[in-house]
Formats: sequence, C-alpha cells, structure tokens
Amino acid sequence: MVLLTRSSRSRRRVLRDALLAGAVLAALALPGLAGGAEAAPRTDLVVGMPVEPPGLDPTSAAPTVIGQVVWQNVFQGLTRIDRDGKVQPQLAKSWTVSPDGLTYTFALQPGVKFHNGEPFTAETAKFALDAIRAPGSVNPQKALYAVIADVKAPDPQTLVLTLSKSSGNLLFWLGQPAAVMVEPKSRDGLKSNPVGTGPFRFASWRKGDRVELTRNPDYWDAARKVHLDKVTFRFIGDPQAAAAALRAGDVDAFPLLPAPELYAAFQKDKAFTAEPGLTEMKVVAGMNNAAKPFSDKRVRQALMMAVDRKLLIEGAYSGYGAAIGSHYTPNDPGYKDLTGVYPYDPKKAKALLAEAGYAKGLTFNFKSPQMAYATRTAEILQAMFSEVGVTMNIVPTEFPAKWVQEVMRDRAFDMTVIAHAEPMDIAIYANDPYYFGYKNPAFNDVVAKAAASTDEAARLKLYGEAQEILAEDVPALFLFVLPKLSVWRAKLTGFWKNEPVPSNDLTEVRWTE
Amino acid sequence: MTALAKVSGASFRLRRPGRAALLVGGILTAVLVGVALLSLVWTPEDPARMRILQKLKGPLVSGLLGTDHLGRDVASMLMRGAFNSLTTAFAAVGLGAVLGTLAGVAAAARAGFDAVLMRICDALFALPPILSAIMLGALLGPGALTAIVAIGVFMIPVFARVTRGAAMQIWARDYIMAARMAGKGTARITLEHVLPNIAGQVIVQVTIQLAMAILTEAGLSFLGLGLPPPAPTWGRMLAESQTYMLQAPHLALAPGLAIAAAVLGLNLLGDGLAARLDPRRRQAS
Repeated sequence: MVLLTRSSRSRRRVLRDALLAGAVLAALALPGLAGGAEAAPRTDLVVGMPVEPPGLDPTSAAPTVIGQVVWQNVFQGLTRIDRDGKVQPQLAKSWTVSPDGLTYTFALQPGVKFHNGEPFTAETAKFALDAIRAPGSVNPQKALYAVIADVKAPDPQTLVLTLSKSSGNLLFWLGQPAAVMVEPKSRDGLKSNPVGTGPFRFASWRKGDRVELTRNPDYWDAARKVHLDKVTFRFIGDPQAAAAALRAGDVDAFPLLPAPELYAAFQKDKAFTAEPGLTEMKVVAGMNNAAKPFSDKRVRQALMMAVDRKLLIEGAYSGYGAAIGSHYTPNDPGYKDLTGVYPYDPKKAKALLAEAGYAKGLTFNFKSPQMAYATRTAEILQAMFSEVGVTMNIVPTEFPAKWVQEVMRDRAFDMTVIAHAEPMDIAIYANDPYYFGYKNPAFNDVVAKAAASTDEAARLKLYGEAQEILAEDVPALFLFVLPKLSVWRAKLTGFWKNEPVPSNDLTEVRWTE
Repeated sequence: MTALAKVSGASFRLRRPGRAALLVGGILTAVLVGVALLSLVWTPEDPARMRILQKLKGPLVSGLLGTDHLGRDVASMLMRGAFNSLTTAFAAVGLGAVLGTLAGVAAAARAGFDAVLMRICDALFALPPILSAIMLGALLGPGALTAIVAIGVFMIPVFARVTRGAAMQIWARDYIMAARMAGKGTARITLEHVLPNIAGQVIVQVTIQLAMAILTEAGLSFLGLGLPPPAPTWGRMLAESQTYMLQAPHLALAPGLAIAAAVLGLNLLGDGLAARLDPRRRQAS
C-alpha cells in the first residue's frame, strides 16, 4: 500500500491490473493445485443426506439413515448385498448349507481386524449373532434372525449356524445393516463411536451437521481397492439448501435428493450425474382391515380402482418412481407386475362400492404424516376418491411419535399412508398383530412356506403367489415405489443407481480426474 | 398508534393521511371481503379440482394465476382461501373481543377483579402467540377449531387492556357520577354508559387484530396446523410453493401478495377508523 501511494497514477493502474490478473490466475489455478500438481484425482468426498441419524449403531435402532452412513463404510457383515440386490460373501468368504437347510457352515476371512485393533474371529461372529438374538436385544430386525437356534465357533475361522427351521432368505438377512459384525470391547459405545471392519473408520460427529470418516489403513480386502481418504456426511434437511449446496460444490453427492421437483434441473446439468433409480420404499396406503368399512374386501378393491397410479406419481413425485400392484418392488428378485389386477376404472369402482352397500357414498378419516410425499399423496387420493363419491377427511398426524402411537400401536385409524423401507418385507402382512389388521391364513401359509424354502426357484414362485394374493385382497392400496433421486458430480463414479438396501456404500466410489 | 394519536390533532394536515388510510384500507378490505363472499357462489374453477397433467402452468397460460403443483387453479384457491382466512380470523377475533371486553369492563368496574385479571393478562402476554398456538395445535390436533382457539385466546388480553383503560376513563366522568346518584347499579352503568362510549375503540382494535389474526392463521396453516385439505388456505399455498420457487414463482407470489394486501388493508382501515372513532383523537382535532 505504501509503495502504491508513492507511485504515479499510471503505474498504480498497471500494478493494480497485474495484481488483479495474478489474483485471477491464482483463483483459476487453486482448484487444480488442490487436486494435486499432476492432476491426481481428489480423494475426499462430501455426501449430503436429508436426515441425520439418531445414532450410528445399526444393530440397536431401526432408522434406515443409520445404515446409510455406516453400513459397508464402517460396518460389514458375514455377507453383503451388492448394488444389484444379490448376496455376496464378505467376512464369510464361503459357506456350505446342509441338504436339510438347517445347518450353515461359514469359512471366515482370515486376518481381519476391527478398527480398534481387535481381531475378527468365529468367536466375535458368535458374539455378534448371539447379541442380536439375546432376550433383551433391541435389534430392529430381531425377528428375521429368530430362526437361528444355535451358533458355534469350532475354530477361529469356522462358524456353524443351526436353524430351528429352514430359511431361504437367511443369507440375504445376514447381509443387512442390522446383522453387521461388532466386537465385545467397543459394543456399548457404538451409538456414538462405531467400530467395525469396513474400509473407513469413524473420525468425528458434529451433531446437527456432519459425520466424518477416514480411510482404514489396515483394511483387509485387498481385492476391492478403496480410493477415498476422507468422507464427510453432511445433513441438510431443507431441499432448497441441499440443491444450493450441490451447485456451490459444498456437497459432491446427494444420493437421495428430498425434493423431486428440483431434480429435473440436475438432469439437464452436465456437471452432474442424475439418473433416477429405485429404492425399496414402497408407498402404500394401509387400511384398517379389522374394522368397517375396510373389513369388506370389495370396498378396498373399489378404492384401488379409484386410484390412477400414473397420475398420482406425476403429482406426488413429479413423475419419478414406479407403480406397484403389490408389496414388492421391481428391484426384488421374483417381482411380478400386478398393477393390472385392479387398474384405474372409476366406473367399476363405483359399481363395486354400490354392491358393497355404499351406493350413496362413504366417509372416512385419513391419517397423513407430514412428509411431502405423504401429504401430496393424501391430497391426490382425496381428489380421486371424491370422483367415485367417497369423502376422505385428511387428519395431519405427526410422524414418527404420534403416528406410531395412533396407527401402529392403537390401530385407531381408517386409512393412512407410509413408505415401507425394509427390502423384501412382504411377510409383514402375515404379522399378527400388525397395523393393517389383515388376516388371511392362505397368505400366511404361502409366506411361511416361501421363507422355509431353500430352493431358489420354488421360493420365488411362492413369493410370486404371495404377491398375487395381496394384489387381489388389497389390504393396503399399493401405490408406488419411491425413486432414488441421486445426484453426484459427473466426475464421480461408483455410486449405486438403485437401492436394494437403504445404504450409501462408498467402497467403490472415486473421482475420475 | 399512540404516537400517531398524539400528533394527529396538532395540525390540520395530519388528518388527511387518516382519510387516505381510511379510503385505501376500506377499498382493500372491501375487495377482500367481496372476493371472499364471491368465492362462496363462484370461482373460475373448483378450487379442489386437480388436473395433474396441467400442473405448474404460468399465469394466464391456464387461468388467471396459473396452476399449482397438483394442477389446481391458483386464482380459485386464492379466492376460497380468502374466505377461509377471513372466517378463521373473524371467529378468533370475535372470541378474543367478546371475552377480552367483558374482562376489561369488569376489571374497570371492580378493583378486586382488576388485580387478578390484569395479572392473568400479563401472564398471557408473556407467551409468544405463534409458539403457544403450535403447542395448542399439538395438544388439540390441527384443524379450524384449534386455529380459532389458539389465535383467539391470545387476543383476550389485548382487548382486556384496551377496554379496561378506556372504561376507567369513562368511569371518572361526571355523568357516571350522575347515573350513580340516580341509583343505577354497576352492571347497568357498564351496559348503558361505559360500553357505548368505548365501542369505537373496540371496533378499531377489532380491525387491527383482524390483520394480526390473518397473519397468524397464515403462519399456522404454513406449519400445517390450520384448516385441513382440501380447503385451500393462503398459508398452506405458501408452504407448498417453497420448493417450486424457481420453477413457478407465481405459486409463492400469489398467496404472499394476498396476505400482504389483506394485512395492509385492515391495518390502514384500523388507523383510519382510529382517527375518527377514538375519542381522544376526535376531541383533540
């Protein structure tokens, strides 16, 4: 500054211009410098999520957002589900199943260490599985693992599971976030300090803002090279802010953009990859099958025919997502497209309602959670039902606390809507009690047989039958599968397009330049 | 208001803004009430009718003000929304005005009441209205009644204070003394002399509180605690327009401007009426 005041005016201008030019050059060069002199790809990543997990232990709480941070990144299981929904070996490198389907013998990966240095052995695996099945266990998917009668660790690299009855999906369930391997010393603190065997270690958690992970230098799986050194999960609830953070480069990827109406702009933008995939979230309007008017199957079928699913998806989710006719998604093996069983047909719907004794119409309450997809679905259903003479009163109901109490516990409702997030959860319609209040012994029989069947083809055929029974009985209005509206920088690769398990597996993610 | 009242009498020129306010406020309010009433018999479209394939159309492309994210006609929703807003606001202010005025005149008449009532009012004043309304909404469940009660309850102390102050001034007048000597009881004096003389101030307060009530109702609807769908409300229209701000700005502008115009109109009307009806100002000029 002192120098400048002394110099002549023109020199000052020259100097100023030179300084400006220098600053511009530096600004232009900086991102390049940050990426490394040889333009080596970046090794850090910021992932945005709309909801912050309440804790980081997927074995002790249900919210799927927990798994979306830690599953596959920090924690791993005996098996894993890959991006196509297929079961792959992980900490168990291979297995054999006895002919009666009751004994599973796993050969475990040698040389695996937890992030705290503890070795992973058959004893640890036994500890983890026993903890899930223990009487006081709070594991959210406890019921899935109830068929395991006994776990034995005859030697450090061998694990033997004995089942009480055969279970065709056991290997799939063992690959779920709820069945990840944990070890005794760190187990009590997992909620705030997750310790697993994955490619990333937990580094820090700033509540309300972000979780940071760093690369695990002692990662066991040499076959799957990990490219990222540092991963940050940022929690941004407001959809507008999420979109702005992506554009500003504060966030590199948003695997589940919360507002579909903002998605089209990213699809047009060459700086981003935005290909809509499918999640496992089945949006269904559950009805109280145990009470009037929905105890009458004809009423449920009539309302199903009053719904134009395509138009509903257009209105509620900007046209993204897939229509479903039963409680199964196109991601799931053995999926059957049953949207044609009760297609949109308001005339038939009216006739069927009249046959059921509601020629003059019908009025009922609809408990609507506050999520955008739910409130929009509610309003659209209301309009579609009014076309067939049905009056639906919308009662906004706060989710989760109030909704869980009134719908799940008290079952004081007529109709509601919610997205069921768990993959392959068609068996919930056999649960008794469950909020649908649906009782069909034939269905329960098929589902039980399917679960016990170890023959893949036979099992899928049975699950097909189960889907058909539900499509015919309509215990809930089967509406659509939520899309996975993912956005990431075009230079990133390795993300999952679909989401057969709620997750953000970053093992294969890398920058291409 | 009080600052205005002090100076408005001081010069002749300052009376004119009062008139202009009355005029502009009166017109805006008349349009608001007119549109609200009209919506009962006629709207361009059924405000609840969805034409999802016609969604997010701009103004004049489909209807006067375009369509929303579900293909509903924004102009029709705005009209019916005016009715819903106004009825909720009227009911809430009615509740507050009746109970508040009763409390106010009772307090002015009896010193014993005064101490208790005014402390209750102080306590109510200390609660932030929107937050308390949200709490009430959570307790009672959302709906029209909740909105009315939530807004109305917090208007009671406002009216109680205004009427108490005004009524106390009346009680100090000579004609009250005369009425007393004529053998009239407290209740009769309140009814025959106090209430008629403070009516003007209550009306002014009603107008201003109506503006507040419309704003609060919009806030509650915005948060999902107002009238349930399909009844259109300005607050919910605003809430739903949020994520469409870049794609379809008319969705946010329409209800936003409607709320602003309604609140402005009622406030101006209130100020204009105050200049005419408030005895303090009337006497000064």
